[in-house]
Amino acid sequence: MGKTFAEKVLARAAGVGETTAGMVVDVYPDLVMSHAASWRCIRTLEKLGVDRLYDPDRIAMVMDHTAPAHSAKTAADQKLCREFARAHGIRTFYDVEAGIAHVVLMENGHIRPGMVIIGTDSHSTIYGALGAAGTGVGFSEVTATWVAGYLWMRVPESIRIEIHGPLAWGTSAKDVMLKLIGEMGADGATYASVEFHGDYVAGLSVSERMTLCNLAMEMGAKFAFVPPDDVTRAYLAERGVTPDGYQEVQPDPDAVYAKTVALDGTSLSPQVACPHAVDNVQPIEAVAGTRVDQVFIGSCANAKYEDLAEAARILRGHHVAPGVRLIVTPASRGVLTRIVADGIFSALVEAGALITNPGCGACAGDGGVMADGEVTLSTANRNFQGRMGSYQASIYLASPAVAAATAIRGAIADPREFL
Amino acid sequence: MDSRIRGRCIVFGDNVNTDVIIPGRYLVSIDPKELAEHAFEPLGPAVQERLRASQVVVAGKNFGCGSAREQAATCLVGVGIRAVVAKSFARVFFRNAINTGLWAVVQPEAVEAISDGDEVAIDLEAGTVEVKGRRFTFPPYPESLRRILDAGGLIPYLARYVIPQGGTANG
Repeated sequence: MGKTFAEKVLARAAGVGETTAGMVVDVYPDLVMSHAASWRCIRTLEKLGVDRLYDPDRIAMVMDHTAPAHSAKTAADQKLCREFARAHGIRTFYDVEAGIAHVVLMENGHIRPGMVIIGTDSHSTIYGALGAAGTGVGFSEVTATWVAGYLWMRVPESIRIEIHGPLAWGTSAKDVMLKLIGEMGADGATYASVEFHGDYVAGLSVSERMTLCNLAMEMGAKFAFVPPDDVTRAYLAERGVTPDGYQEVQPDPDAVYAKTVALDGTSLSPQVACPHAVDNVQPIEAVAGTRVDQVFIGSCANAKYEDLAEAARILRGHHVAPGVRLIVTPASRGVLTRIVADGIFSALVEAGALITNPGCGACAGDGGVMADGEVTLSTANRNFQGRMGSYQASIYLASPAVAAATAIRGAIADPREFL
Repeated sequence: MDSRIRGRCIVFGDNVNTDVIIPGRYLVSIDPKELAEHAFEPLGPAVQERLRASQVVVAGKNFGCGSAREQAATCLVGVGIRAVVAKSFARVFFRNAINTGLWAVVQPEAVEAISDGDEVAIDLEAGTVEVKGRRFTFPPYPESLRRILDAGGLIPYLARYVIPQGGTANG
Protein backbone atom coordinates (compact mmCIF):
# COMPACT_ATOMS: atom_id res chain seq x y z
CA MET A 1 0.00 0.00 0.00
CA GLY A 2 1.35 3.41 -0.96
CA LYS A 3 2.32 6.06 1.56
CA THR A 4 1.50 9.75 1.82
CA PHE A 5 4.10 12.48 2.25
CA ALA A 6 3.32 12.70 5.99
CA GLU A 7 3.64 8.94 6.54
CA LYS A 8 7.01 8.87 4.77
CA VAL A 9 8.53 11.99 6.27
CA LEU A 10 7.57 11.03 9.83
CA ALA A 11 8.89 7.47 9.40
CA ARG A 12 12.26 8.95 8.45
CA ALA A 13 12.31 11.51 11.29
CA ALA A 14 11.20 8.91 13.83
CA GLY A 15 13.75 6.39 12.61
CA VAL A 16 11.16 3.67 12.02
CA GLY A 17 10.67 1.56 8.90
CA GLU A 18 7.23 2.89 8.06
CA THR A 19 4.27 4.65 9.60
CA THR A 20 0.55 4.69 8.94
CA ALA A 21 -1.93 7.46 9.71
CA GLY A 22 -3.07 7.19 13.32
CA MET A 23 0.20 5.86 14.74
CA VAL A 24 1.92 7.86 17.48
CA VAL A 25 5.70 8.08 17.08
CA ASP A 26 8.60 9.93 18.72
CA VAL A 27 9.85 12.33 16.06
CA TYR A 28 13.28 14.00 16.01
CA PRO A 29 12.73 17.30 14.16
CA ASP A 30 15.53 18.47 11.88
CA LEU A 31 14.92 22.06 12.89
CA VAL A 32 13.29 23.65 15.93
CA MET A 33 12.28 27.22 15.21
CA SER A 34 11.38 29.79 17.82
CA HIS A 35 10.60 33.41 17.10
CA ALA A 36 9.59 36.17 19.50
CA ALA A 37 8.60 33.34 21.87
CA SER A 38 12.26 32.27 22.26
CA TRP A 39 12.62 34.02 25.61
CA ARG A 40 9.72 31.98 27.00
CA CYS A 41 11.59 28.83 26.05
CA ILE A 42 14.78 30.11 27.70
CA ARG A 43 12.94 31.01 30.92
CA THR A 44 11.27 27.59 30.89
CA LEU A 45 14.65 25.93 30.43
CA GLU A 46 15.97 27.88 33.43
CA LYS A 47 13.02 26.63 35.46
CA LEU A 48 13.98 23.09 34.50
CA GLY A 49 17.50 23.70 35.72
CA VAL A 50 19.01 22.29 32.54
CA ASP A 51 21.74 23.87 30.47
CA ARG A 52 22.52 21.14 27.95
CA LEU A 53 20.86 21.20 24.54
CA TYR A 54 20.28 18.12 22.41
CA ASP A 55 21.75 19.76 19.29
CA PRO A 56 22.30 23.54 18.93
CA ASP A 57 22.61 23.07 15.16
CA ARG A 58 18.95 22.04 15.03
CA ILE A 59 17.83 25.29 16.67
CA ALA A 60 16.87 28.45 14.79
CA MET A 61 15.85 31.74 16.40
CA VAL A 62 14.40 34.78 14.67
CA MET A 63 13.37 37.97 16.50
CA ASP A 64 10.30 38.88 14.48
CA HIS A 65 7.00 39.65 16.22
CA THR A 66 7.86 42.89 17.99
CA ALA A 67 10.89 44.14 16.12
CA PRO A 68 12.60 46.36 16.92
CA ALA A 69 11.72 46.33 20.62
CA HIS A 70 8.90 48.68 21.62
CA SER A 71 9.25 48.38 25.39
CA ALA A 72 11.96 47.78 27.97
CA LYS A 73 10.42 44.35 28.61
CA THR A 74 10.64 43.32 24.95
CA ALA A 75 14.18 44.71 24.72
CA ALA A 76 15.20 42.64 27.74
CA ASP A 77 13.57 39.53 26.23
CA GLN A 78 15.49 40.00 22.99
CA LYS A 79 18.73 40.61 24.87
CA LEU A 80 18.18 37.35 26.72
CA CYS A 81 17.81 35.53 23.38
CA ARG A 82 20.98 37.04 21.88
CA GLU A 83 23.02 36.12 24.93
CA PHE A 84 21.56 32.62 25.07
CA ALA A 85 22.28 31.99 21.38
CA ARG A 86 25.86 33.16 21.80
CA ALA A 87 26.45 31.16 24.97
CA HIS A 88 25.04 27.94 23.48
CA GLY A 89 26.55 28.18 20.03
CA ILE A 90 23.22 28.59 18.22
CA ARG A 91 24.43 29.75 14.83
CA THR A 92 21.06 30.16 13.12
CA PHE A 93 20.12 33.35 14.92
CA TYR A 94 18.48 36.27 13.09
CA ASP A 95 18.01 39.56 14.88
CA VAL A 96 15.34 42.28 14.63
CA GLU A 97 16.37 43.50 11.19
CA ALA A 98 15.81 40.13 9.49
CA GLY A 99 12.02 39.89 9.13
CA ILE A 100 9.42 37.17 9.59
CA ALA A 101 10.96 33.89 10.75
CA HIS A 102 9.35 31.65 8.11
CA VAL A 103 10.34 33.78 5.16
CA VAL A 104 13.82 34.48 6.55
CA LEU A 105 14.57 30.77 7.08
CA MET A 106 13.30 29.80 3.63
CA GLU A 107 15.10 32.63 1.85
CA ASN A 108 18.37 31.79 3.52
CA GLY A 109 18.48 28.09 2.70
CA HIS A 110 17.64 26.68 6.13
CA ILE A 111 14.54 24.83 4.91
CA ARG A 112 15.05 21.88 2.58
CA PRO A 113 12.79 19.18 1.12
CA GLY A 114 12.10 16.23 3.39
CA MET A 115 12.83 18.07 6.64
CA VAL A 116 10.59 17.98 9.69
CA ILE A 117 10.38 21.37 11.41
CA ILE A 118 8.51 22.42 14.53
CA GLY A 119 8.09 26.08 15.38
CA THR A 120 6.50 28.31 18.00
CA ASP A 121 4.19 29.59 15.30
CA SER A 122 1.07 28.07 13.82
CA HIS A 123 1.99 29.15 10.29
CA SER A 124 4.98 26.80 10.28
CA THR A 125 2.94 24.83 7.71
CA ILE A 126 4.48 27.27 5.19
CA TYR A 127 7.63 25.11 4.96
CA GLY A 128 5.63 22.69 2.83
CA ALA A 129 6.24 25.10 -0.06
CA LEU A 130 9.72 23.56 -0.24
CA GLY A 131 8.49 20.00 0.36
CA ALA A 132 9.18 20.04 4.10
CA ALA A 133 6.85 19.15 6.98
CA GLY A 134 6.37 22.13 9.29
CA THR A 135 3.98 22.46 12.19
CA GLY A 136 3.33 24.78 15.13
CA VAL A 137 3.72 23.89 18.81
CA GLY A 138 3.76 25.78 22.11
CA PHE A 139 6.86 27.11 23.83
CA SER A 140 6.99 24.32 26.42
CA GLU A 141 7.16 21.80 23.63
CA VAL A 142 9.98 23.65 21.89
CA THR A 143 11.86 23.81 25.19
CA ALA A 144 11.34 20.09 25.72
CA THR A 145 12.62 19.37 22.21
CA TRP A 146 15.68 21.58 22.76
CA VAL A 147 16.56 19.25 25.61
CA ALA A 148 15.23 15.85 24.61
CA GLY A 149 15.57 16.13 20.84
CA TYR A 150 12.16 14.56 20.16
CA LEU A 151 8.45 14.98 20.69
CA TRP A 152 5.47 12.70 20.17
CA MET A 153 3.46 13.15 17.02
CA ARG A 154 0.40 11.41 15.71
CA VAL A 155 0.88 10.52 12.05
CA PRO A 156 -1.86 12.56 10.38
CA GLU A 157 -4.37 11.50 7.77
CA SER A 158 -3.82 13.31 4.48
CA ILE A 159 -6.10 15.40 2.31
CA ARG A 160 -5.25 15.68 -1.37
CA ILE A 161 -6.22 18.99 -2.95
CA GLU A 162 -6.15 19.12 -6.75
CA ILE A 163 -6.17 22.61 -8.21
CA HIS A 164 -6.77 23.24 -11.88
CA GLY A 165 -5.56 26.47 -13.50
CA PRO A 166 -4.61 28.86 -14.88
CA LEU A 167 -6.23 31.59 -12.80
CA ALA A 168 -7.75 34.67 -14.38
CA TRP A 169 -5.93 38.01 -14.21
CA GLY A 170 -6.45 39.71 -10.86
CA THR A 171 -6.54 36.48 -8.86
CA SER A 172 -3.73 34.61 -7.15
CA ALA A 173 -2.85 31.92 -4.61
CA LYS A 174 -4.55 33.94 -1.84
CA ASP A 175 -7.89 33.79 -3.64
CA VAL A 176 -7.50 30.05 -4.14
CA MET A 177 -6.89 29.54 -0.43
CA LEU A 178 -9.68 31.83 0.76
CA LYS A 179 -12.07 29.97 -1.55
CA LEU A 180 -10.90 26.62 -0.14
CA ILE A 181 -11.08 27.79 3.49
CA GLY A 182 -14.56 29.22 2.89
CA GLU A 183 -15.73 25.90 1.45
CA MET A 184 -13.94 23.53 3.84
CA GLY A 185 -14.34 25.63 7.00
CA ALA A 186 -11.90 26.70 9.71
CA ASP A 187 -11.70 23.05 10.83
CA GLY A 188 -11.91 21.50 7.37
CA ALA A 189 -8.38 20.07 7.59
CA THR A 190 -7.90 19.80 11.37
CA TYR A 191 -5.04 17.40 12.23
CA ALA A 192 -4.57 16.60 8.54
CA SER A 193 -1.58 16.84 6.27
CA VAL A 194 -2.74 18.82 3.24
CA GLU A 195 -1.06 17.95 -0.06
CA PHE A 196 -1.45 20.40 -2.94
CA HIS A 197 -1.41 18.83 -6.39
CA GLY A 198 -2.57 19.63 -9.92
CA ASP A 199 -1.42 21.61 -12.94
CA TYR A 200 -1.99 24.96 -11.21
CA VAL A 201 0.29 24.07 -8.28
CA ALA A 202 3.02 22.68 -10.54
CA GLY A 203 3.18 26.01 -12.36
CA LEU A 204 3.53 28.16 -9.26
CA SER A 205 6.58 29.99 -7.95
CA VAL A 206 7.85 29.15 -4.47
CA SER A 207 6.40 32.47 -3.29
CA GLU A 208 2.87 31.46 -4.29
CA ARG A 209 3.36 27.97 -2.88
CA MET A 210 4.25 29.67 0.41
CA THR A 211 0.89 31.43 0.37
CA LEU A 212 -0.92 28.10 -0.21
CA CYS A 213 0.91 26.29 2.59
CA ASN A 214 0.74 29.22 5.00
CA LEU A 215 -3.04 29.53 4.66
CA ALA A 216 -3.59 25.76 4.96
CA MET A 217 -3.19 26.34 8.71
CA GLU A 218 -6.39 28.40 8.67
CA MET A 219 -8.35 25.21 7.98
CA GLY A 220 -6.53 23.49 10.83
CA ALA A 221 -3.81 21.62 8.91
CA LYS A 222 -0.92 20.00 10.73
CA PHE A 223 1.31 19.97 7.65
CA ALA A 224 0.98 21.42 4.17
CA PHE A 225 2.95 20.11 1.20
CA VAL A 226 3.75 20.88 -2.41
CA PRO A 227 5.73 18.14 -4.19
CA PRO A 228 9.30 19.30 -4.77
CA ASP A 229 10.15 19.78 -8.45
CA ASP A 230 12.44 21.83 -10.69
CA VAL A 231 10.97 25.06 -9.31
CA THR A 232 11.93 23.94 -5.79
CA ARG A 233 15.40 22.84 -6.86
CA ALA A 234 16.08 26.12 -8.68
CA TYR A 235 14.94 28.15 -5.64
CA LEU A 236 17.27 26.17 -3.40
CA ALA A 237 20.19 26.31 -5.85
CA GLU A 238 19.92 30.13 -5.89
CA ARG A 239 20.45 29.96 -2.14
CA GLY A 240 23.45 27.70 -2.36
CA VAL A 241 21.59 24.51 -1.42
CA THR A 242 22.52 21.73 -3.81
CA PRO A 243 20.58 18.46 -4.26
CA ASP A 244 23.16 16.47 -2.28
CA GLY A 245 22.12 18.57 0.73
CA TYR A 246 18.61 17.13 0.93
CA GLN A 247 16.45 14.11 0.25
CA GLU A 248 13.12 14.81 -1.43
CA VAL A 249 10.09 12.96 -0.14
CA GLN A 250 7.27 12.34 -2.62
CA PRO A 251 3.95 10.66 -1.86
CA ASP A 252 3.37 7.34 -3.64
CA PRO A 253 0.92 7.39 -6.57
CA ASP A 254 -1.25 4.86 -4.71
CA ALA A 255 -1.09 6.63 -1.33
CA VAL A 256 -4.29 6.53 0.73
CA TYR A 257 -6.02 9.86 1.34
CA ALA A 258 -8.80 10.58 3.80
CA LYS A 259 -10.32 12.90 1.25
CA THR A 260 -9.65 14.41 -2.18
CA VAL A 261 -10.84 17.92 -2.95
CA ALA A 262 -10.89 19.43 -6.45
CA LEU A 263 -10.91 23.16 -7.18
CA ASP A 264 -11.21 24.72 -10.60
CA GLY A 265 -9.38 28.03 -10.37
CA THR A 266 -10.05 29.16 -13.93
CA SER A 267 -13.31 30.94 -13.15
CA LEU A 268 -12.39 32.14 -9.66
CA SER A 269 -13.01 35.79 -8.80
CA PRO A 270 -11.08 37.64 -6.06
CA GLN A 271 -12.15 36.42 -2.60
CA VAL A 272 -12.44 38.29 0.70
CA ALA A 273 -12.60 36.86 4.24
CA CYS A 274 -14.96 39.03 6.30
CA PRO A 275 -14.83 39.78 10.06
CA HIS A 276 -14.11 37.98 12.38
CA ALA A 277 -13.40 34.54 10.89
CA VAL A 278 -11.11 33.37 8.10
CA ASP A 279 -13.80 31.01 6.77
CA ASN A 280 -16.36 33.82 6.47
CA VAL A 281 -15.51 34.19 2.78
CA GLN A 282 -17.35 36.14 0.10
CA PRO A 283 -16.54 36.81 -3.56
CA ILE A 284 -15.42 40.40 -4.05
CA GLU A 285 -18.67 41.30 -5.79
CA ALA A 286 -20.51 40.84 -2.46
CA VAL A 287 -18.33 43.20 -0.41
CA ALA A 288 -16.99 45.74 -2.94
CA GLY A 289 -17.65 49.28 -1.74
CA THR A 290 -17.12 48.56 1.97
CA ARG A 291 -15.32 51.61 3.35
CA VAL A 292 -11.87 51.09 4.90
CA ASP A 293 -9.64 53.26 7.10
CA GLN A 294 -6.46 51.28 6.53
CA VAL A 295 -4.91 48.80 4.14
CA PHE A 296 -2.15 46.54 5.40
CA ILE A 297 0.14 44.69 3.00
CA GLY A 298 2.19 42.43 5.21
CA SER A 299 2.55 39.04 6.98
CA CYS A 300 4.07 35.66 6.13
CA ALA A 301 1.08 35.01 3.87
CA ASN A 302 1.49 37.91 1.45
CA ALA A 303 4.41 40.34 1.89
CA LYS A 304 6.98 38.55 -0.24
CA TYR A 305 8.66 40.18 -3.21
CA GLU A 306 6.06 38.97 -5.73
CA ASP A 307 3.25 40.24 -3.50
CA LEU A 308 4.69 43.74 -3.23
CA ALA A 309 5.45 43.76 -6.98
CA GLU A 310 1.81 42.88 -7.69
CA ALA A 311 0.57 45.69 -5.42
CA ALA A 312 2.99 48.18 -7.00
CA ARG A 313 1.85 47.22 -10.51
CA ILE A 314 -1.69 48.32 -9.62
CA LEU A 315 -0.71 51.34 -7.54
CA ARG A 316 1.62 52.93 -10.14
CA GLY A 317 0.02 56.08 -11.54
CA HIS A 318 -2.52 56.17 -8.71
CA HIS A 319 -2.58 57.49 -5.16
CA VAL A 320 -3.97 56.13 -1.92
CA ALA A 321 -7.46 57.57 -1.29
CA PRO A 322 -7.60 60.62 1.01
CA GLY A 323 -7.97 59.66 4.66
CA VAL A 324 -6.82 56.06 4.09
CA ARG A 325 -3.56 54.68 5.50
CA LEU A 326 -1.63 52.17 3.40
CA ILE A 327 0.92 50.33 5.52
CA VAL A 328 3.41 48.05 3.79
CA THR A 329 5.56 45.74 5.92
CA PRO A 330 7.97 43.68 3.78
CA ALA A 331 8.27 40.09 4.98
CA SER A 332 12.04 40.17 5.18
CA ARG A 333 15.22 42.10 4.73
CA GLY A 334 15.74 40.14 1.51
CA VAL A 335 12.39 41.39 0.20
CA LEU A 336 13.22 44.96 1.27
CA THR A 337 16.58 44.83 -0.50
CA ARG A 338 14.96 43.69 -3.74
CA ILE A 339 12.16 46.28 -3.76
CA VAL A 340 14.67 49.05 -3.06
CA ALA A 341 16.90 47.84 -5.90
CA ASP A 342 14.22 47.67 -8.58
CA GLY A 343 12.12 50.75 -7.81
CA ILE A 344 9.09 49.06 -6.25
CA PHE A 345 9.90 50.77 -2.96
CA SER A 346 9.74 54.23 -4.60
CA ALA A 347 6.58 53.35 -6.52
CA LEU A 348 4.84 52.38 -3.28
CA VAL A 349 6.02 55.51 -1.45
CA GLU A 350 4.98 57.74 -4.33
CA ALA A 351 1.52 56.17 -4.24
CA GLY A 352 1.25 57.18 -0.59
CA ALA A 353 2.31 54.02 1.25
CA LEU A 354 4.00 54.01 4.62
CA ILE A 355 6.71 51.36 4.48
CA THR A 356 7.80 49.91 7.80
CA ASN A 357 10.77 47.74 8.70
CA PRO A 358 10.47 44.02 7.85
CA GLY A 359 8.72 41.77 10.38
CA CYS A 360 5.26 40.69 11.50
CA GLY A 361 4.15 44.28 12.15
CA ALA A 362 0.44 44.96 12.31
CA CYS A 363 -0.51 41.30 11.77
CA ALA A 364 0.88 40.62 15.25
CA GLY A 365 -0.74 43.78 16.63
CA ASP A 366 2.48 45.78 16.46
CA GLY A 367 2.86 48.92 14.27
CA GLY A 368 -0.40 49.76 12.47
CA VAL A 369 -3.22 48.95 14.86
CA MET A 370 -6.76 50.34 14.78
CA ALA A 371 -9.05 52.48 16.91
CA ASP A 372 -12.64 51.58 17.84
CA GLY A 373 -14.89 51.23 14.83
CA GLU A 374 -12.10 51.25 12.25
CA VAL A 375 -11.77 48.86 9.33
CA THR A 376 -8.61 47.38 7.79
CA LEU A 377 -8.27 45.34 4.64
CA SER A 378 -5.22 43.16 5.16
CA THR A 379 -3.19 40.67 3.14
CA ALA A 380 -2.48 38.68 6.34
CA ASN A 381 -3.89 35.31 7.32
CA ARG A 382 -6.11 36.13 10.33
CA ASN A 383 -8.97 38.52 10.95
CA PHE A 384 -9.84 37.55 14.53
CA GLN A 385 -11.51 40.13 16.73
CA GLY A 386 -8.96 42.38 18.43
CA ARG A 387 -5.96 41.05 16.51
CA MET A 388 -5.02 44.53 15.21
CA GLY A 389 -5.75 46.87 18.11
CA SER A 390 -9.28 47.67 19.25
CA TYR A 391 -11.69 44.83 20.01
CA GLN A 392 -14.26 46.97 18.22
CA ALA A 393 -12.35 47.09 14.93
CA SER A 394 -12.84 44.91 11.84
CA ILE A 395 -10.40 43.11 9.54
CA TYR A 396 -11.05 41.88 6.01
CA LEU A 397 -8.50 39.56 4.37
CA ALA A 398 -7.64 39.53 0.68
CA SER A 399 -4.84 39.34 -1.88
CA PRO A 400 -2.19 42.02 -2.51
CA ALA A 401 -4.03 42.95 -5.73
CA VAL A 402 -7.30 43.55 -3.86
CA ALA A 403 -5.35 45.47 -1.19
CA ALA A 404 -3.83 47.80 -3.80
CA ALA A 405 -7.16 48.43 -5.53
CA THR A 406 -8.82 49.02 -2.14
CA ALA A 407 -6.16 51.54 -1.09
CA ILE A 408 -6.79 53.55 -4.28
CA ARG A 409 -10.58 53.54 -3.91
CA GLY A 410 -10.74 53.86 -0.11
CA ALA A 411 -13.26 51.04 -0.16
CA ILE A 412 -12.98 47.34 -0.95
CA ALA A 413 -12.39 47.21 -4.70
CA ASP A 414 -11.97 44.69 -7.48
CA PRO A 415 -8.42 44.74 -8.92
CA ARG A 416 -9.82 43.78 -12.32
CA GLU A 417 -11.01 47.39 -12.59
CA PHE A 418 -7.35 48.27 -12.96
CA LEU A 419 -6.66 45.83 -15.78
CA MET B 1 -3.27 13.03 40.59
CA ASP B 2 -6.98 12.63 41.20
CA SER B 3 -8.61 11.56 37.97
CA ARG B 4 -11.94 13.20 38.81
CA ILE B 5 -13.06 16.79 38.83
CA ARG B 6 -16.43 18.41 39.40
CA GLY B 7 -17.30 21.97 38.57
CA ARG B 8 -19.48 24.63 37.03
CA CYS B 9 -19.49 25.17 33.25
CA ILE B 10 -19.21 28.19 31.01
CA VAL B 11 -20.45 27.46 27.49
CA PHE B 12 -19.08 28.85 24.21
CA GLY B 13 -19.89 28.20 20.54
CA ASP B 14 -17.84 26.93 17.58
CA ASN B 15 -14.40 28.11 16.42
CA VAL B 16 -13.39 30.03 19.56
CA ASN B 17 -9.99 31.39 18.51
CA THR B 18 -6.80 32.01 20.45
CA ASP B 19 -6.89 35.79 19.94
CA VAL B 20 -10.22 35.90 21.77
CA ILE B 21 -8.98 33.55 24.51
CA ILE B 22 -5.85 35.62 25.11
CA PRO B 23 -5.08 38.69 22.94
CA GLY B 24 -1.58 38.90 21.47
CA ARG B 25 -0.73 42.04 23.43
CA TYR B 26 -0.56 40.00 26.65
CA LEU B 27 1.90 37.41 25.39
CA VAL B 28 4.67 39.40 27.09
CA SER B 29 3.77 37.30 30.14
CA ILE B 30 3.92 33.58 30.82
CA ASP B 31 2.56 33.87 34.36
CA PRO B 32 -0.79 32.03 34.66
CA LYS B 33 -2.21 34.51 37.20
CA GLU B 34 -1.28 37.59 35.15
CA LEU B 35 -2.61 36.00 31.96
CA ALA B 36 -5.83 35.01 33.74
CA GLU B 37 -6.75 38.69 34.17
CA HIS B 38 -7.04 39.00 30.39
CA ALA B 39 -8.58 35.66 29.44
CA PHE B 40 -11.53 36.25 27.09
CA GLU B 41 -11.11 40.02 27.44
CA PRO B 42 -12.42 40.77 23.91
CA LEU B 43 -15.80 39.29 24.94
CA GLY B 44 -16.20 41.78 27.78
CA PRO B 45 -16.25 41.83 31.61
CA ALA B 46 -19.53 39.89 32.04
CA VAL B 47 -18.06 36.86 30.24
CA GLN B 48 -14.84 37.20 32.24
CA GLU B 49 -16.78 37.20 35.49
CA ARG B 50 -18.64 34.02 34.56
CA LEU B 51 -15.32 32.48 33.53
CA ARG B 52 -13.84 33.17 36.95
CA ALA B 53 -16.80 31.42 38.58
CA SER B 54 -16.33 28.31 36.40
CA GLN B 55 -14.07 25.27 36.48
CA VAL B 56 -14.98 23.75 33.13
CA VAL B 57 -15.11 25.38 29.69
CA VAL B 58 -17.58 23.79 27.27
CA ALA B 59 -17.33 24.61 23.58
CA GLY B 60 -18.41 23.60 20.10
CA LYS B 61 -16.09 22.47 17.34
CA ASN B 62 -12.51 23.62 16.71
CA PHE B 63 -11.90 25.19 20.12
CA GLY B 64 -8.62 27.12 20.27
CA CYS B 65 -8.16 27.59 16.54
CA GLY B 66 -5.54 30.04 15.34
CA SER B 67 -2.22 30.79 16.93
CA ALA B 68 0.24 28.34 18.53
CA ARG B 69 0.38 30.54 21.65
CA GLU B 70 0.58 28.27 24.67
CA GLN B 71 -0.81 31.07 26.81
CA ALA B 72 -4.28 30.25 25.43
CA ALA B 73 -4.14 27.20 27.68
CA THR B 74 -2.05 28.81 30.45
CA CYS B 75 -4.53 31.67 30.97
CA LEU B 76 -7.37 29.17 31.48
CA VAL B 77 -5.31 27.26 34.04
CA GLY B 78 -4.55 30.61 35.74
CA VAL B 79 -8.22 31.53 35.98
CA GLY B 80 -9.04 28.19 37.62
CA ILE B 81 -10.33 26.18 34.66
CA ARG B 82 -9.50 22.48 35.05
CA ALA B 83 -10.93 21.03 31.84
CA VAL B 84 -12.28 21.96 28.43
CA VAL B 85 -15.00 19.73 26.98
CA ALA B 86 -15.51 20.40 23.28
CA LYS B 87 -16.93 18.89 20.12
CA SER B 88 -13.40 19.12 18.71
CA PHE B 89 -10.12 20.96 19.27
CA ALA B 90 -7.65 22.76 17.03
CA ARG B 91 -4.54 20.57 17.12
CA VAL B 92 -2.08 23.05 18.64
CA PHE B 93 -4.51 23.98 21.40
CA PHE B 94 -5.00 20.31 22.23
CA ARG B 95 -1.23 19.80 22.60
CA ASN B 96 -0.83 23.00 24.60
CA ALA B 97 -3.65 21.95 26.93
CA ILE B 98 -2.04 18.60 27.71
CA ASN B 99 1.35 20.30 28.04
CA THR B 100 0.04 22.76 30.63
CA GLY B 101 -1.94 20.16 32.59
CA LEU B 102 -5.35 21.26 31.31
CA TRP B 103 -7.73 18.41 30.47
CA ALA B 104 -9.01 18.52 26.90
CA VAL B 105 -11.95 16.19 26.42
CA VAL B 106 -13.72 15.53 23.13
CA GLN B 107 -17.37 14.59 23.75
CA PRO B 108 -19.83 16.20 21.27
CA GLU B 109 -22.98 14.72 22.83
CA ALA B 110 -22.06 16.01 26.28
CA VAL B 111 -21.53 19.47 24.78
CA GLU B 112 -25.08 19.34 23.37
CA ALA B 113 -26.46 18.32 26.78
CA ILE B 114 -24.65 20.95 28.87
CA SER B 115 -26.12 24.40 29.50
CA ASP B 116 -24.29 27.41 30.82
CA GLY B 117 -23.86 27.21 34.60
CA ASP B 118 -24.47 23.43 34.79
CA GLU B 119 -22.48 21.36 37.23
CA VAL B 120 -20.51 18.55 35.52
CA ALA B 121 -18.31 15.72 36.74
CA ILE B 122 -15.43 14.43 34.60
CA ASP B 123 -13.55 11.22 35.26
CA LEU B 124 -10.41 10.87 33.19
CA GLU B 125 -9.69 7.32 34.35
CA ALA B 126 -13.17 6.04 33.56
CA GLY B 127 -13.56 8.31 30.53
CA THR B 128 -16.89 9.84 31.54
CA VAL B 129 -18.60 13.22 31.55
CA GLU B 130 -21.70 13.42 33.77
CA VAL B 131 -24.28 16.18 33.67
CA LYS B 132 -27.85 16.38 34.97
CA GLY B 133 -27.97 12.64 35.62
CA ARG B 134 -26.75 11.72 32.13
CA ARG B 135 -23.43 10.00 31.52
CA PHE B 136 -21.34 10.30 28.35
CA THR B 137 -18.21 8.29 27.68
CA PHE B 138 -15.00 9.09 25.83
CA PRO B 139 -11.96 6.91 25.10
CA PRO B 140 -9.38 7.31 27.89
CA TYR B 141 -6.13 9.07 27.00
CA PRO B 142 -3.20 6.96 25.87
CA GLU B 143 -0.78 6.19 28.70
CA SER B 144 1.85 8.62 27.38
CA LEU B 145 -0.52 11.57 27.51
CA ARG B 146 -1.86 10.56 30.90
CA ARG B 147 1.66 10.61 32.28
CA ILE B 148 2.16 14.20 31.07
CA LEU B 149 -1.21 15.27 32.53
CA ASP B 150 -0.55 13.45 35.79
CA ALA B 151 2.78 15.22 36.16
CA GLY B 152 0.96 18.55 35.78
CA GLY B 153 2.21 19.29 32.26
CA LEU B 154 5.12 18.71 29.91
CA ILE B 155 7.78 20.66 31.82
CA PRO B 156 7.13 18.97 35.19
CA TYR B 157 6.98 15.66 33.28
CA LEU B 158 10.34 16.36 31.67
CA ALA B 159 11.86 17.27 35.03
CA ARG B 160 10.57 14.08 36.62
CA TYR B 161 11.07 11.44 33.94
CA VAL B 162 13.29 12.63 31.08
CA ILE B 163 16.02 14.84 32.58
CA PRO B 164 17.07 12.29 35.24
CA GLN B 165 17.69 9.78 32.43
CA GLY B 166 20.13 12.02 30.66
CA GLY B 167 17.69 14.06 28.66
CA THR B 168 17.01 11.97 25.59
CA ALA B 169 14.71 9.10 24.81
CA ASN B 170 17.65 6.85 24.15
CA GLY B 171 19.35 7.68 27.42
